Amino acid sequence: MPDDFFNQLSDPANFQHPVNVTGQDKNLLFNQLESMLHIREAESCLATGKRDGFIGGPVHLGVGQEAVAVGVAGSLRKSDKVFGAHRSHSHVLAMGADVYRLFAEVLGKETGLSRGMGGSMHLWDKPNGFYGAVPIVSGTVSLAVGAGLAAKLQGSKDIGVSFLGDGAVEEGVVHESLNLARILNAPVLFVVENNLFASHMHISLRQPKASTARFAAANDLPYEIVDGNDAVAVHKAAAKLIANIREGRGPAFIEAITYRWYGHVDWREDIDVGVNRSSGDVSAWRKRDPIRRLADGMIQAGLCNDTFISELKSRTQQTISNAWQRALADPYPSSSALLTRVYASTGENRG
Amino acid sequence: MDNKYNYGTAMLAAFEYLLANYPEVFVIGQGLWSPWYVGNSMTNLEKKFGTARVIDTPVSESACTGAAVGAALAGMKPIVVHPRIDFMLYAMDAIVNQAAKWSHMFGGQASPAVTIRGIINRGGEQGAQHSQALQAWFAHIPGLRVVMPATVADARDLLISSVLSPDPVLFIDDRWLYDLEDTLPPIVEHNLALARPQCLQAGHDLTIVASGYSTRLALNAGQKLTGQGISAEIIDLRVLNPFYPELIVESVERTKHLLVIDGGWRTCGVAGEVIASVVERVSTSCFKKPPIRITLPDAPAPTSKVLENAYYPTVDLIVNCVNKLMH
Ligand SMILES: Cc1ncc(C[n+]2csc(CCOP(=O)(O)OP(=O)(O)O)c2C)c(N)n1
Ligand SMILES: [Mg+2]
Repeated sequence: MPDDFFNQLSDPANFQHPVNVTGQDKNLLFNQLESMLHIREAESCLATGKRDGFIGGPVHLGVGQEAVAVGVAGSLRKSDKVFGAHRSHSHVLAMGADVYRLFAEVLGKETGLSRGMGGSMHLWDKPNGFYGAVPIVSGTVSLAVGAGLAAKLQGSKDIGVSFLGDGAVEEGVVHESLNLARILNAPVLFVVENNLFASHMHISLRQPKASTARFAAANDLPYEIVDGNDAVAVHKAAAKLIANIREGRGPAFIEAITYRWYGHVDWREDIDVGVNRSSGDVSAWRKRDPIRRLADGMIQAGLCNDTFISELKSRTQQTISNAWQRALADPYPSSSALLTRVYASTGENRG
Repeated sequence: MDNKYNYGTAMLAAFEYLLANYPEVFVIGQGLWSPWYVGNSMTNLEKKFGTARVIDTPVSESACTGAAVGAALAGMKPIVVHPRIDFMLYAMDAIVNQAAKWSHMFGGQASPAVTIRGIINRGGEQGAQHSQALQAWFAHIPGLRVVMPATVADARDLLISSVLSPDPVLFIDDRWLYDLEDTLPPIVEHNLALARPQCLQAGHDLTIVASGYSTRLALNAGQKLTGQGISAEIIDLRVLNPFYPELIVESVERTKHLLVIDGGWRTCGVAGEVIASVVERVSTSCFKKPPIRITLPDAPAPTSKVLENAYYPTVDLIVNCVNKLMH
């Protein structure tokens, strides 16, 4: 049965309908819409900034996948510990990071989230519960288990959260982490964003079955397979699983099926998009736009109208553009930063 | 037949030669069916030799490397490709505990003839986990041959020697060298066990030792130094383990000055090893000045361009150090 649902979800011809918002909290819906738009506009700005040569390093954009981060973050606290990977702008922004500081980081500025030492692929925002994103695939999955374990040992009800991709589950450490989390009953939520690709390779070339939730079942973790382009569906699944984790019932797993609109890295759609990915696929998936679908659902439910949506969009664009201009003007780290940040304790270095 | 190559197409020629002539050779690693991962060094191999022998993989460095070691034990000559050495760290057990140990541990009877290609791919604000040059770590491991081609000829010929060697070999190539051009003679197979450091420029004022991309820096610095009337002898290490210092010792005995450049970190690095190996072999009065090493500072790679510029050694830095050494 889960396989049937997965198969329906992985065909972009399905699930293009407006999100069903019945019974959902109104504030939550508006927050979700705003947050997704904010992330979309931020990443669109980064795409342009990369295209125009303002950004030196690689930028992995998650445009099209916003509902996953936003849907999960709605049930998280600032005291939770969230970990990500190379495609984590959405995760850190959904947790409440200042987009200006994200931009400054991507530009390598001293005012950035990682003080200009990390760029787009290495993000840190502890005050908002974001404990690190790094580009070694699955490099933070076991760390999230440890952060959950720490919360348990400290007697808090906080949880660890690991955002990972469908490619990441091919690394052995993910399976060790699922087993370890379960046997320790560590409070951790694994969120697999299954966008069907790991760089150029479609999942059918990498895994015998496309649904990664089978690994949750194998390790006895409760799991939900959800439409990753439906913020409400993601929210419902996350809220339920996270409540259980906080009650001490151990780790859980979400598989959210989604799709990235850009290529694996940087701003183009037609590069590194992969074996098996046609422009037809991309335009089909664009019809499952998580933002359009939530907006339509809210309009149908009489919560807002088209004018509201377009005003929200232009307000968001203004915020984003101000943040970008401000970050552009910021200073780079001084060259002493190269050596004084190697050890946290003393700032010592030996050249 | 066009005999003009660059460092990348020279490796491509080696792959083509090996796949065409040795049915037991196969290639496995991430990105092999993608034109974006490994520059121009493996273009269209899967179309020429088939996806059964040129295998793109799941994101599973550990299993792929271990599987290659196992296939080698069973008579194949696999080449595992890691598009960045940083990603290869998931495969440490297969490389260090398994491949490097099996010959000795089983009385010389096991021959894990695997070639592991780890690419150094740094710069471009990629940062700490996409930039590492870890040759020193691996050169520390007895049983693992470590090869670092600096020239177009070695990119082709040492790759062939590595794959034909009955021993496990880590072959480290560097994306900053891929545009280097040269004209090459037809392929001749060489025994990797006989490969030694090589003098790329004769000179009499000082000896500069380097490997991989650092050798290119040394050669470029050598040209500038010639213009300043300083004659540098430049020796390229080629094979870091096992390490044969004889040629370097002989050179330093003549020049009385030694500068070593390595693209890795300073502490416990290749440069320190080269200097120690020379110092313990020459007379105490040999050196006119203490030897100098140029390495990365002991810090992870930064991202910000301004910091990257301060991080990586340059030709000018080398020229300045030589001037200090000589005056
Ligand atoms: C250990 C390691 N291996 C390989 C890579 C290269 N790489 C970067 S992203 C990526 C694909 C990851 O796919 P997935 O986990 O599905 O995330 P997505 O890119 O789809 O968001 C790969 C193979 C890496 N960064 N780290
Ligand atoms: Mg993916």
